[in-house]
Amino acid sequence: MGITRQKLVLIGNGMAGINTLEHILKLSPEQYDITVFGSEPHPNYNRIMLSYVLEGSKTMDDIILNSWTWYEEHQITLHTGTTITSIDTQQKIVFADNGLFAAYDCLIIATGSNPIILPVPGHQKQGVVGFRDISDCSVMLETAKQYRNAAVIGGGLLGLEAAKGLLNLGMNVTVIHLMADLMERQLDPSASAMLKAELERQGLHFLMEKQTAEIYGGERVEGLAFSDGTKLESDFIVMAAGIRPNTALASASGIEVKRGIVVDDYMQTSAEGVYAVGECAEHRGVCYGLVAPLFEQGAVLAKQLCGVQTKPYEGTQLSTKLKISGVDVFSTGVFLDQPELTVIRKQDDWKQQYKKLLLKGDTIVGGVLYGDVSDSSRIQQWVREGAAMTDAIYAELMGTAGTALSAADRVAQMADDEIVCGCNGVSKGSIVKAIKDNSLTTVDEVKACTGAGRSCGGCVPTVSHLLQYVLGDEYAGQKTKTGICGCTDLSRDEIVAAIKEKHLTTVKEVMHVLEWHQSEGCSKCRPAVNYYLGMLWPQAHEDEKDSRFVNERMNANIQKDGTYTVVPRMYGGVTTPEDLKKIADVAVKYEVKMVKVTGGQRLDLIGVAKEDLPLVWKELDMPSGYAYAKALRTVKTCVGQQFCRFGTQDSIGMGIRLEKTFERIDMPAKFKMAVNGCPRNCAESCTKDIGIVGNDGGWEMFVGGNGGIKPRIAELLCKVKTDEELVQMVGAFTQYYRLTANYLERTSEWVERLGIEAIKAEVVDNMDRRRELYQDILAVLAELQEPWSAALEEQGESSYLFEAIQLK
Amino acid sequence: MTTQVNKDLTYIKIGTLEDFRERMGRVIRLNEKEIVVFRTTDGTLYALDNRSPHRRGGPLAEGMVSGHFVLDPLYDWKIALDTGQVQAPDTGMVPTYPLKIEGEDVQLGLTLEQAGQLALER
Repeated sequence: MGITRQKLVLIGNGMAGINTLEHILKLSPEQYDITVFGSEPHPNYNRIMLSYVLEGSKTMDDIILNSWTWYEEHQITLHTGTTITSIDTQQKIVFADNGLFAAYDCLIIATGSNPIILPVPGHQKQGVVGFRDISDCSVMLETAKQYRNAAVIGGGLLGLEAAKGLLNLGMNVTVIHLMADLMERQLDPSASAMLKAELERQGLHFLMEKQTAEIYGGERVEGLAFSDGTKLESDFIVMAAGIRPNTALASASGIEVKRGIVVDDYMQTSAEGVYAVGECAEHRGVCYGLVAPLFEQGAVLAKQLCGVQTKPYEGTQLSTKLKISGVDVFSTGVFLDQPELTVIRKQDDWKQQYKKLLLKGDTIVGGVLYGDVSDSSRIQQWVREGAAMTDAIYAELMGTAGTALSAADRVAQMADDEIVCGCNGVSKGSIVKAIKDNSLTTVDEVKACTGAGRSCGGCVPTVSHLLQYVLGDEYAGQKTKTGICGCTDLSRDEIVAAIKEKHLTTVKEVMHVLEWHQSEGCSKCRPAVNYYLGMLWPQAHEDEKDSRFVNERMNANIQKDGTYTVVPRMYGGVTTPEDLKKIADVAVKYEVKMVKVTGGQRLDLIGVAKEDLPLVWKELDMPSGYAYAKALRTVKTCVGQQFCRFGTQDSIGMGIRLEKTFERIDMPAKFKMAVNGCPRNCAESCTKDIGIVGNDGGWEMFVGGNGGIKPRIAELLCKVKTDEELVQMVGAFTQYYRLTANYLERTSEWVERLGIEAIKAEVVDNMDRRRELYQDILAVLAELQEPWSAALEEQGESSYLFEAIQLK
Repeated sequence: MTTQVNKDLTYIKIGTLEDFRERMGRVIRLNEKEIVVFRTTDGTLYALDNRSPHRRGGPLAEGMVSGHFVLDPLYDWKIALDTGQVQAPDTGMVPTYPLKIEGEDVQLGLTLEQAGQLALER
């Protein structure tokens, strides 16, 4: 109390300056009265992520780093849309274009840089922009709606990211590059060629070794003319030829400027009390244009300003990642072959991977990765530390150490002090500690807590692997949390947990207690919640017909004209002449429109009138085929041992047994099986939820296949010797799926989500768990009733559902 | 029930309150014409043509009732029960009919023209 705070003024509301403030607020929150001036009208945002905004994978809101409330909370005075025009370094006052001024004890200049607009004739025409800030980004988004052909000048990092963004916006994009190789300042010619081929495959066009001589057109640009006399038509030109430190203010105020604002190892400029960080600064002759250095500089400056002992800033080891989805490129240190360097190289054109490590003597001095960049943080570390090459490193990196390490093993093997997030200098150890200490479960939480992944995002996969490594099975993956539909923000797992915990028993109760936005839900969440209730409380839950989709409510498939299709059960695809006759008689009597053999070996009776449904069921006197249900539909079988000369197992018998055992039970989605008597696989096991193949010694069980719109070949779950074991395994697998799948999630998606190994561990390897799952499903099965006969018994029910009120 | 009773309408009894269950559609058939009556959770009754305004048609009676809306069973359109208005992003309108409750009796209101049409069809 009573202590006068010193006045700290920051010019530039970008990443470098605000990062410095964040450090200062941590080190010494009471020391300064802080005022920030920014030319742009926004709070601090992540400029590096503009590529993602352009690409459409992030919104403007996603890339805000510090919201307005952050400034308020830290009592920072923020003037946006205000440009400082001069500094009086004698009086220690800054003046702005709108008449504002502020006195300082300490001044930080963080004015960043400007895109270089090549001074070719025509560069001032409409439709020529740089790629630097939100307003450039907005112009690009708008332009893509109106125009078709875009040219990007510059095949470096920024140019390629801009080009890919415009391509994603539907424009026809040509990249014009002065040099023979793309990203020649970060990549060697081999990696560069692979990158170019990939980007061409994605749809970008390239004009290499072209120098722009003129931009022609009327008021608006119409095209480019090159120094070799060729031309390119274009409605829109993005200049991404480089950036230039923004030093105008400093030099006009008498502060020493070369290429950038000259600073010493503590970021001090030539003027007393004036410092500079980020892209506007020049340190030991170097101006940096990437994010990592500015964080290192910010950390040193903050300590300096808070009177904390600090090592001097000695420059940054640069590394590069390209932020284009699906294109992974990385380089660090020395990346070009040189006669005095030893080069270890692996190029794999089939897998589209490229790895290169450069050694000076035995010391690792640089590296390039293309395709798989999961080793990037380690290479960065080795280069930074000047690590010596060893046999172990060689074996691991070049994949001669036997099987390649999985991502999880790789993070497990990382040293604790290894840097995961190069941008913010966050080590593996501090991330692991943060996850444990604060019980973090998502990448976003790790970001918020440690800062890792908050800048370029290149380390997010590693952070995700670390979460998996620390949390094991509890880690749900990095996908952001979303509700199951628009009626709630809660995820499937949260809903299921709440139903269990609060013992909710009706759909209405769930929606009320969990505060659904729409009190009665919608056609997505009502059936899902009804299913979860039935799954959790198999005995107590009373099925809610009004939350069932019409097909399940009517036990028949509605057709577009309001008639229904009736499909009787035909266990294992087998029927009898008597049953066939009965089906034919019913079809004639009720004038069905078509009798069709289905893909699942049964007969469709298509076009039954709604009020005839109970009569048709009664006369058929057969069980419902559940052709409408989220349940076991069919078990397709081949002829098998009984008749087939190749058959080694009784596939028909097993198919019928499985169908009779597991019919009627509610599942997250429709469910199909097949049983084959021999490995010829005539019943097509590989596209079924469960596909069984008999061989001489027993059965093989495949799971997670799908023949629908997203085809997937089933994976081997296990081999069993006896029929009993097979039925148990099918039951346990099915129950595990019932318990853990999202509603409407087919086994194909579910198996991919959980991983076959995780399912094996639960269903196959853990005998106790398997028995428990099997017992549970048997208990549920015991409760079920045949729906057609049940409807006929409840006469009132059927008349309400099926019969109209006739007015005379 | 807040439906305004129009003097020019002819009211026909279609059933009693217990004929109409919550969140379930009940079809009323007048010769070839189908009208569906829905009863919402708060007890309100609504009558609409039993035909989706989707170009491929189909019935509405089997739709899921949520609040004062019905979700078309075939195409998942959201339709307001009181006005018959199809909710964005889809467009269209389902004809609606007034209902009158007297004691337990539920009566459907038809204009003279509609009633006449019915008489003709009969």
